[in-house]
Amino acid sequence: MKLPTGVTPEMFAAALQEFAAVIGAQHVYSSDEDVALYRDAYSPAWGEEEERTASAAVAPASTEEVAEIVKIANKYMLPLYPVSTGRNLGYGGSAPNLTGSVVVDLKRMDTIHEIDDRRNFCVVEPGVSYFDLYAEITAQGKKVLIDAPDPGWGSLIGNALDRGVGYMMPMYRDHWNAHCGLEAVLPNGEILRTGMFAMDGAETYGENKYGFGPMVDGLFSQGSAGIVTKMAFWMMPMPEHFIAGRVKIMKHADMIPLIDHLNYLEDMGLCGQIQWGTPLVLNPNNVDPALAEIHAQPGNGTVEQFEAYAAERDLPFFWVDMRFYGSRKTAMTQWEYAQELMSDIPNVRFELMTDVSFPMDEEKLKTVTSHVTVGVPEMSIFSIGARSDLLPTPRDGHLWFSPLVPRSGEAVAKAQKVFAQAFKDLGLPSPVGPFSAPRTWIYRSFVMVLSLGVSRSDPEANKNSIAAFRRLCEVAAENGWGEYRSAPIFQDQVADTYNFNNGMMKQVQQQLKDALDPNGIISPGRGGVWPARFRNQD
Amino acid sequence: MKLLYASIAAALIAAPAFAQDGEHTPDPVNGEAVYTQWCAICHNPGPSHNPGTAALTKKYEGTDTNPVLAERGGIPAPMVEYFVRNGVSIMPFFRKTEISDNDLADIAAWLNRDAQ
Repeated sequence: MKLPTGVTPEMFAAALQEFAAVIGAQHVYSSDEDVALYRDAYSPAWGEEEERTASAAVAPASTEEVAEIVKIANKYMLPLYPVSTGRNLGYGGSAPNLTGSVVVDLKRMDTIHEIDDRRNFCVVEPGVSYFDLYAEITAQGKKVLIDAPDPGWGSLIGNALDRGVGYMMPMYRDHWNAHCGLEAVLPNGEILRTGMFAMDGAETYGENKYGFGPMVDGLFSQGSAGIVTKMAFWMMPMPEHFIAGRVKIMKHADMIPLIDHLNYLEDMGLCGQIQWGTPLVLNPNNVDPALAEIHAQPGNGTVEQFEAYAAERDLPFFWVDMRFYGSRKTAMTQWEYAQELMSDIPNVRFELMTDVSFPMDEEKLKTVTSHVTVGVPEMSIFSIGARSDLLPTPRDGHLWFSPLVPRSGEAVAKAQKVFAQAFKDLGLPSPVGPFSAPRTWIYRSFVMVLSLGVSRSDPEANKNSIAAFRRLCEVAAENGWGEYRSAPIFQDQVADTYNFNNGMMKQVQQQLKDALDPNGIISPGRGGVWPARFRNQD
Repeated sequence: MKLLYASIAAALIAAPAFAQDGEHTPDPVNGEAVYTQWCAICHNPGPSHNPGTAALTKKYEGTDTNPVLAERGGIPAPMVEYFVRNGVSIMPFFRKTEISDNDLADIAAWLNRDAQ
């Protein structure tokens, strides 16, 4: 086991003893087998020197216990790394930025303090998952919907803090933006409350996120200003009805007018999240050899090749699924308006996919292709990389490469070309091509997300994935596309791409970090921000 | 199934024994609750929206092994422990704050409820 610089084995042992006195020895995990469970299951550096690993883990049950742990950690200069449910797989999981940190596992803090379906908010602790909240909403018959990310076992707080995203209306699916005040233990052990939580007895803590004065909440998102122990979230009221309509375009270039129309509709608040799809990706369990041949070319196929393939089979090049919420009348009217607006796209086709009322039951859910679009958490995302005809030896995980690109058809086409060329230059098969669709989770910007495979038994494959990620990150920055989120192993590189004025943003972040956390206790390195104690160390 | 058992046998031999409480009597009722919370979300029947069942359907294609874990029976407790604590493919391992050692024994008791 490796300890951080400045922490001796004696200091570490003394700290663990004091942790145990506060939370009970059964909630301090220090055996090799137990600590191994805090590794990043999807680490691309699995078993390698650069894998980031914890030295121990502690699982407090209250804000007060967290505060005591932080005070003890300061006493022994022992860095901590808080995780809510530790399920941020593909972006680092439960492993720390700094090897030797003690993970603060907040799973035991799982109280749902409040669900209000008249003013539409909830207040939760970090151990509460989307599944937990959904179960409670259902049990209480509350008329609100959760905006969940792909995997429902994640924490509302953890996901929001990493600026995770979901699938419904813009004000809810940007999960950080949907938060409304927070409670956190600061690096000195004091307890902070922000927004209206900052006022004793305030009645609008779930409704007004600003309160008064400068907002400090941002220091906690992808940050290390403290350990967040409670947050409120705005929730979407359960509507009467849900409509999903599919828009199919036949040519690659049709995405230019399509995206312009979608931007207009979405920015007017007339639709929910828009999900792209295409028949031109390989179906994992029904691989068409003709399509596989196009994909197999260095840098993948051309627009012309894919258009010819689609035309021969009367397939669209892309489709988008649009979601509408409201009464049946208002939702259907919005869908009809969308069709009217987009009818100027040559040969565009429309299909009504889902027309169903709330509340959902199992039979109704069968008509909904993506359950998270109607507030029902699920785990379908874990089919990515699973065993299939295309992948007879399944992956052991993946990395998400998530660059932000503008919302225009021209930008998407450029990103497709740039990233495909990057893979070609690396001598690797390109998972990117003209069929690569933008993701629209983040309101007002696209993410051209890529999944890079990870193996626990093939270090060479992992090295390729790491090399590809690092090169893609460079190429993206050269084109003005920054990452919105990444795993700890890449966070320094990503942070350095935000380089205006000699990296002034990072300089300010470091100054704030040093002021709040002079001992460098909380999540050193998170977001690429290292405290003075660890800066410029190898 | 025999092949699968053989493939993980070495790991099971090396794995630590259940660290459950000495007094713990496996409780299938709690086992079902824990299974429902942590396992069924991927391993429910039907491949749609159940990636665990989908992956096992492909794995056991051409065999008579049931890919739905809750319906299979005959899953020994050490096998439950091995997969929960080590993960497999894209299924990650689970920490003790999520599934305790006692829970592991309870899950096994529930999965094998018909064999009692």
